[in-house]
Amino acid sequence: MARQEPNRKRPPLIRAGYTLASVADEVSGLVLRRSLTWNWMLGFGLALLLVGMLAIAVAVLFYRGVGIWGINIPVAWGFAIGNFVWWIGIGHAGTLISAFLLLMRQKWRTSINRSAEAMTLFALVCAALFPLLHLGRPWYAYWLIPYPNTMGLWPQFRSPLVWDFFAVLTYLTVSFLFWYVGMIPDLATLRDRARHPFQRLTFGVLAMGWRGSARHWHRHQTAYLLLAALATPLVISVHSIVSLDFAAAIVPGWHSTIFPPYFVAGAVFSGFAMVLTLLIPLRAAYGLEGLITMRHVELLAKMLLATGLIVDYSYVMEVFTAWYGGNPYDWSLMLDRMTGAYAPIFWAVMLCNVGVLQLLWWPRVRANPAWLFAIALVANLGMWMERVMIVITSLHHDFLSSRWTMYYPTVWDWATLVGTVGLFFFLFFLFIRLLPVISISEVQKLVVEEGR
Amino acid sequence: MSEQALYGVMACFETQEEVLDAAKHARAAGYRRMDAFTPYPIEGLSEAIGFERIRLPLLVLIGGICGCVGGFGMQYVAMVHGYPYDVGGRPLNSWPSFVPITFEVTILVAALAAVFGMLVASGLPRPHHPVFAVPGFERATFDRFFLCIEAEDPMFERDATRRFLEALNPTDVSDVPC
Repeated sequence: MARQEPNRKRPPLIRAGYTLASVADEVSGLVLRRSLTWNWMLGFGLALLLVGMLAIAVAVLFYRGVGIWGINIPVAWGFAIGNFVWWIGIGHAGTLISAFLLLMRQKWRTSINRSAEAMTLFALVCAALFPLLHLGRPWYAYWLIPYPNTMGLWPQFRSPLVWDFFAVLTYLTVSFLFWYVGMIPDLATLRDRARHPFQRLTFGVLAMGWRGSARHWHRHQTAYLLLAALATPLVISVHSIVSLDFAAAIVPGWHSTIFPPYFVAGAVFSGFAMVLTLLIPLRAAYGLEGLITMRHVELLAKMLLATGLIVDYSYVMEVFTAWYGGNPYDWSLMLDRMTGAYAPIFWAVMLCNVGVLQLLWWPRVRANPAWLFAIALVANLGMWMERVMIVITSLHHDFLSSRWTMYYPTVWDWATLVGTVGLFFFLFFLFIRLLPVISISEVQKLVVEEGR
Repeated sequence: MSEQALYGVMACFETQEEVLDAAKHARAAGYRRMDAFTPYPIEGLSEAIGFERIRLPLLVLIGGICGCVGGFGMQYVAMVHGYPYDVGGRPLNSWPSFVPITFEVTILVAALAAVFGMLVASGLPRPHHPVFAVPGFERATFDRFFLCIEAEDPMFERDATRRFLEALNPTDVSDVPC
C-alpha cells in the first residue's frame, strides 16, 4: 500500500498483535494476578528503609529545630529550598506529557501518561514537605492558609511565599484530579476483572459506578480536555511563581527577569529525565515493551534534548546578562560561581546538563535504553546541583564581603534529601502494584485506530 | 407484570462499528431512550444515541470567573480592609502582586467545576445500576460493546424491541431487570 509509505520508517506506537482484550488483560493483570516479585520487594523494601530514615530526620528536626541543618545567616536557604525546587520541577514533565500532548493530539502520550502523572503527584508530595520543614515551626504551617480568624490576621498576599502556597496547593489538587479522572474507566475495568471480593469492593468504590455509558464518556472526554487545557498554563505558572521567590529578592544572581522561563525549562528538563529514569526499568521489569515501545523512549529522549537545550540557552543568557548588565555585584557573583568556592558545582552542572546532554544528538544513543537511563540519571543529578547552586551561591556571596559565608550540608540535610527520594520511590512502587500503570481505555482506543 | 419490572433490553456487539450502526438504526427506527456502553470512547456514538449538547465548558467558564473574582476579592478585602499593611508607602490595593494568587484560584475553581460538573451531570457516583445485572456486562469495560434500549422509551415494547435488536446481528440480547 503506497499511501502508508511515509509511516513505514516510524516504528508503531504499540507492538502489533494487541487486541482490546489483551491490552486490558496485560495491564489489569499487573495488579490483579501478578504476585509479588523479588525485584519489587527489594525495591519497595529499600524505599521503605529510606522512608524510615526520612521519618527519623524529620523527628529530629522537629525536636531540635532547623539548626541541625547546615544553614546559617546569610545562607538561610540551603538544601531544603533547593530540593523543593528540584522536586517540584520533576513533576512538571508529567503534566506536560499528559495535558499538553493531549491538547496537541499526540498519540504517543497514551502509554506513558498514567505513570508520568503519578510521578508528578509523588514528586509534589516530596516537594511540599520541604517548605513546611524549612519553616522552623512547621506546626504553624496553617498560618499560610487564609481564613477569617479571631485575630483578624491574614497572610501577606504580596509575599512570594504565600503565592507558592497557592501555586503548590492548586497544582497538587489539579494534578490529582487529572490523574483520577483519567483513571476512573480503568478502575472500572479492574473492578470488573477482579475476582477477590475485597479488590472488587475497593475498585468498585474508586470507580464510582462507572459503566462506560456513551453519555458518561462524552462528558468525561470533555472534562478531561478542559482539565488538560487548565493544567497546561498551570504548569508554567507554578514554576514561574517558584522562581519569583528568588527573582523578587534583590540578591545578586537571583534578581533576574529570565528566572521564570529559565526555571520552567529546567523543570520540564528534569521531569523528562525522571520519566525516563522510571519508565526504562519499569518496562523491562514488567515486560511492557509491547505497550511502552522504543518509539516512546526515543521521543522522550528527543524531548529531553530539546528542553535541555533551552536550559543551556538560559545558562548562556544568565552569564551574558550578568556581564552586559553592568551590575558589579551580579558579575562578581557570576565569577564566584565559576571560580570561587562552589566552582566545582558549577562545572559539574555544565558537564551534566550541557556536556553529557549532547550525546542525545546521536540516534544510536537515543535507541539504547541503557545509555538513555544513564543520561537521564546524570540529568537528574545535574538539575539537582543546579537548583542547589542557585540557592546557595547567591546567598553566600551577596553585596558585602564581610557577610560572605560558606554553607556546608550536614548529615541531616543529606538524610532528608535521600529520605524524600525514598518516599518518592515508595509511593511509586505502591502505585505500580495497586493501580493500572497504563491507561487501558486510551490504549484500547489506539489499538483500534492503529489496526485500521 | 414482568413488563413493569424491566429497565430495558440490551444487545451485545463485538466491534465498535456494529454498536455504532446499531445505535444509528435504533434512532432511525424511532427509539429515543437508549444508551451505549463501551470500553473506550467512540467518536459519534453519543450523537448516535441522541445525546444533547452539554454545557460543561460553560460551567467551567463560570467556575473560572468565580475563582478569579473570588481570589482577587479575598486579597483585596484582606489587604485593604481586613489587615491593611503599609509596605514602603505602596498602595494597599497593589494589584500586580495579587495576580499570581488570582490566577491560581481561577484554575483551581475551574478544575473543580469541571470534575464535579462531570460527575454530577453523569449521576456519579452511583455504585448500583440495573445494567450491571446483565450477564456478561462486566465485559463493557473490557472488550464488548453494548446497546440498551430503555423501557421508558415510548416505542418500547418488550418483544418488538427484542426482535429489532436481534435483527442487528448482536452476539447476545438480554433483558435488563429493574
